[in-house]
Amino acid sequence: MDDHESKIDQEFAALPLRDLADAALAQAGRLGAQHADFRAERIRGQQIGLSDGNLQTLYDADDSGLAVRVVVDGTWGFASAVDLTADAAAQAARQAVEVARVAAALNTEPIELASEPAYGEVTWVSAYDVDPFTISAADKVALIAQWSRDLLADPAVSHVDASLRQVRECKFYSDGGTTAIQQRVRLHPQLTAVAVSGDGRFDTMRTLAPPAGRGYEFLTGTGWDFAAELAELPELLAAKLQAPSVEPGRYDLVIDPSNLWLTIHESIGHATELDRALGYEAAYAGTSFATPDQLGRLQYGSGGMHVTGDRTVEHGLATIGYDDEGVAGQSWDLIRDGVLAGYQLDRRMAKLEGFGRSNGCAFSDGPGHMPLQRMANVSLQPAAAGPSTADLIGGVTDGIYILGDKSWSIDMQRYNFQFTGQRFFRITNGRLDGQLRDVAYQATTTDFWGSMEAVGGPQTYLLGGAFNCGKGQPGQVAPVSHGCPAVLMRGVRILNTAAEGTS
Amino acid sequence: MTGELSPQESVERALAAAKSVGCVVIAEETSEANLRWAGNTLTTNGVSRSRQLTVIAIDRRGDGTAAGVVSRAGIRPGQIEDVVREAEHAAAGSAPAEDAGELIGAGHPTPFGINDGEPGWDTQPGRTEIGVLGDFAAALGQTLRAAEAAGRKLYGFAEHQMESTFLGTSTGLRLRHDQPAGRVELNAKSADLARSAWTGVSTRDFTDVDIAGLDAGLAGRLHWAERSVSLAAGRYETLLPPTAVSDLLIYLYWSAGAKEAAEGRTVFSRPGGGTRIGERLSAQPVTLSSDPRAPGLGCAPFVISHASGPDSSVFDNGLPLSATDWIRDGSLAALGSSRHSAALAGLPVTPAIDNLTFAVRTSGSVPASGPASGSVLTPGPASGAAAPTLEQMIASTRRGLLLTCLWYIREVDPQTLLLTGLTRDGVYLVENGEVTGAVNNFRFNESPVAMLGRLLEVGVTVPTLPREWGDYFNRAAMPPVRVEGFNMSSVSPAS
Repeated sequence: MDDHESKIDQEFAALPLRDLADAALAQAGRLGAQHADFRAERIRGQQIGLSDGNLQTLYDADDSGLAVRVVVDGTWGFASAVDLTADAAAQAARQAVEVARVAAALNTEPIELASEPAYGEVTWVSAYDVDPFTISAADKVALIAQWSRDLLADPAVSHVDASLRQVRECKFYSDGGTTAIQQRVRLHPQLTAVAVSGDGRFDTMRTLAPPAGRGYEFLTGTGWDFAAELAELPELLAAKLQAPSVEPGRYDLVIDPSNLWLTIHESIGHATELDRALGYEAAYAGTSFATPDQLGRLQYGSGGMHVTGDRTVEHGLATIGYDDEGVAGQSWDLIRDGVLAGYQLDRRMAKLEGFGRSNGCAFSDGPGHMPLQRMANVSLQPAAAGPSTADLIGGVTDGIYILGDKSWSIDMQRYNFQFTGQRFFRITNGRLDGQLRDVAYQATTTDFWGSMEAVGGPQTYLLGGAFNCGKGQPGQVAPVSHGCPAVLMRGVRILNTAAEGTS
Repeated sequence: MTGELSPQESVERALAAAKSVGCVVIAEETSEANLRWAGNTLTTNGVSRSRQLTVIAIDRRGDGTAAGVVSRAGIRPGQIEDVVREAEHAAAGSAPAEDAGELIGAGHPTPFGINDGEPGWDTQPGRTEIGVLGDFAAALGQTLRAAEAAGRKLYGFAEHQMESTFLGTSTGLRLRHDQPAGRVELNAKSADLARSAWTGVSTRDFTDVDIAGLDAGLAGRLHWAERSVSLAAGRYETLLPPTAVSDLLIYLYWSAGAKEAAEGRTVFSRPGGGTRIGERLSAQPVTLSSDPRAPGLGCAPFVISHASGPDSSVFDNGLPLSATDWIRDGSLAALGSSRHSAALAGLPVTPAIDNLTFAVRTSGSVPASGPASGSVLTPGPASGAAAPTLEQMIASTRRGLLLTCLWYIREVDPQTLLLTGLTRDGVYLVENGEVTGAVNNFRFNESPVAMLGRLLEVGVTVPTLPREWGDYFNRAAMPPVRVEGFNMSSVSPAS
């Protein structure tokens, strides 16, 4: 066992996982399942919330359970259980087969799965130094409380909300050919400063630090400079509250990766999920304008647009060794030279549409749910010798530089979207010219990406992301990262959100 | 072999193991069965059960009172004491909680407890299983085949859940609540996917779901959409059906907390300090209220809090809930609060309740019922008349939009509670009292608070399924409303 492997939660590793898998898979086989897979999971989560430096929320969750998924006569069956015993595993297998038989009457598309090599016994652990669950809550609260008090000490700041979410996820998977034990760690620190003026106006400014597939070291100097970011927050907030309201119209935009990641998530990430494009999410999450008949032809954006899907990038929130169907992590093109080049797949979708092998996007958010195709890390690649952010701003006569995500919404076919942000700077003749308020950008996906004139270089690249991407019924949440450089977009429609709310 | 303990035994064992000065234990048993279908065939399904034990340990010491909360799913009997120790460890190692207070005791002066007719503490937890969907699945199979034959594609989801919650405290409180919940969502599309219609219903037991009837209603709406009309962005007189009203007002309800309003940072803050309680928000005599005993919408009649937040407190667990008007006769009447946040804001204690009803006061009030027949062009109801049905409101419309539902609703500006989102699965043009065609979808930018000030007409309140927020909040009764100048900010090409 290498050092990597020794990081795995010993309580989880000590469970009789292989015995449970054997009990479930054998039972499913005896009852006539053509395919069966078994998962056991333990997910630890901790949420810390502070209001003005005082502890408001401290919540520890520790969820474990098992799941059995079968295909019986071409129909899915799924069942889960909370007890990690061989009896419960066998019982779940019986239930899954029973569910498949009840459901068979409603099924007209036989389930077939793309093949995947058997990897035998494998172990994978995400890249982090310090497991946040080894740090006492008191120490974590003390650090965030100090940051909160530092912000509150500035007269520009009326209130401070602070939160820290942490997850350690252990997954065991077996389909007989591949048996994988995996562990990953992620955390998301956020601080929001609030200013309330005497005349009843208020505004907020949030840190731009992204959620990361890292350990506690992320809060102590590795991967982000919180001290520097917090130091500039009060002044930025004060200036925002005093800033002029934007004049609606068309503007050239320089968009920082701290904002653009979410636009990528909504307008590219979800649009290139094959199950959506085929209509499987039509009644809920929606479909996609980027249908498979347009693969290799759809002009998604300008020629400099190169978007990849991956489950491999270091510190990525969707990064894992093997997905929830035993498929090894991969990296592939979704958009190449501005043209639709690929989709995110699971084994069923890959087989159904003739893609050959799955690219490993099956994920379930816990033992109680059936895996779905969920989002890989979907990232816009920087231009190899591309411009700096300052160079991009230098190319704009009359525009806006946007940082940080805030409000987001997109339609059910991923055409029409509207985003706001944390910070908006007016650009005048290639230079930043103070902040603006009440800015939202609204566009249609292909128009927006078609207006991308310049893609920033690797020096502007940042991995953003979210813990809580929602999909499916019953609803599931998934963590996902999106990397991107700063970009220059020409002539994007800007709304004034204050005017939008005034009749 | 499984060695499963009942949730009641788990509560008692955890309380017996507690060494801290105060302790709250919440044991929950949840079961669920679901079916999902797309393109006239089943896609996924499943049954699941989970068991959750949450221990809240209270540590009172020199620098204040701290709470440690540890929640674990799927624990075995031998692990209960571990959870209690972890919670006590968390409390001892934590900073004082800002909402610290006395626990609710068995001797609390207000009589309260189990909902009328609910099982008592000692009976087995409620449970659901795939059999609840048995008759529904058979009917669904027929409906899917009929739709296929008629050239329609059906997509949708059906789920039934049961959650039994057992709450015990070291102060002697023992409370139990069983919450059944279920829903069916049905989306019909034309074979070319160009036309789409949606409907959804909440149900507590699936005995009242008529899937063929829901499909027939959608077939009618797809027929409406055979004539399409392109309209530009702009402000339109708009009829919002109950589901759309519920999604806007649920967000308003979630945003109506006492603490942040008192801090000057929400739409319900009064400039210069304090809250807008007492201020008129609508000229219509409308009431937005919650009541744990509302018929058909019953929910827990006491506070169940796993974690403290701005307006919730783990110290309030077991606090009785009673009917609360958030807006009364058009004026803001209450803001959601814990005992702690109510004290900060100087307001009565009115914790959040898990259902929501919006209704207009009419002197000739009629009970909520199914839609009336007939579509005569009538004037809007005179003062004192019964509230109209949606069909009657369509019939009295000269020109306006009729929505099906709203989707992807997100907050844009907390200062005005401006929300954005999309219309979905059917926007219809109404002219001279009749639907004359289907209109393109729009992105809207609207504030539900501002909208209350532009209500032209409020219809009869009926139970509805919130399409956007149904995953988190699905007990609502809402009327259709007619809004002046609903802000359709841009056209969405999505169909």
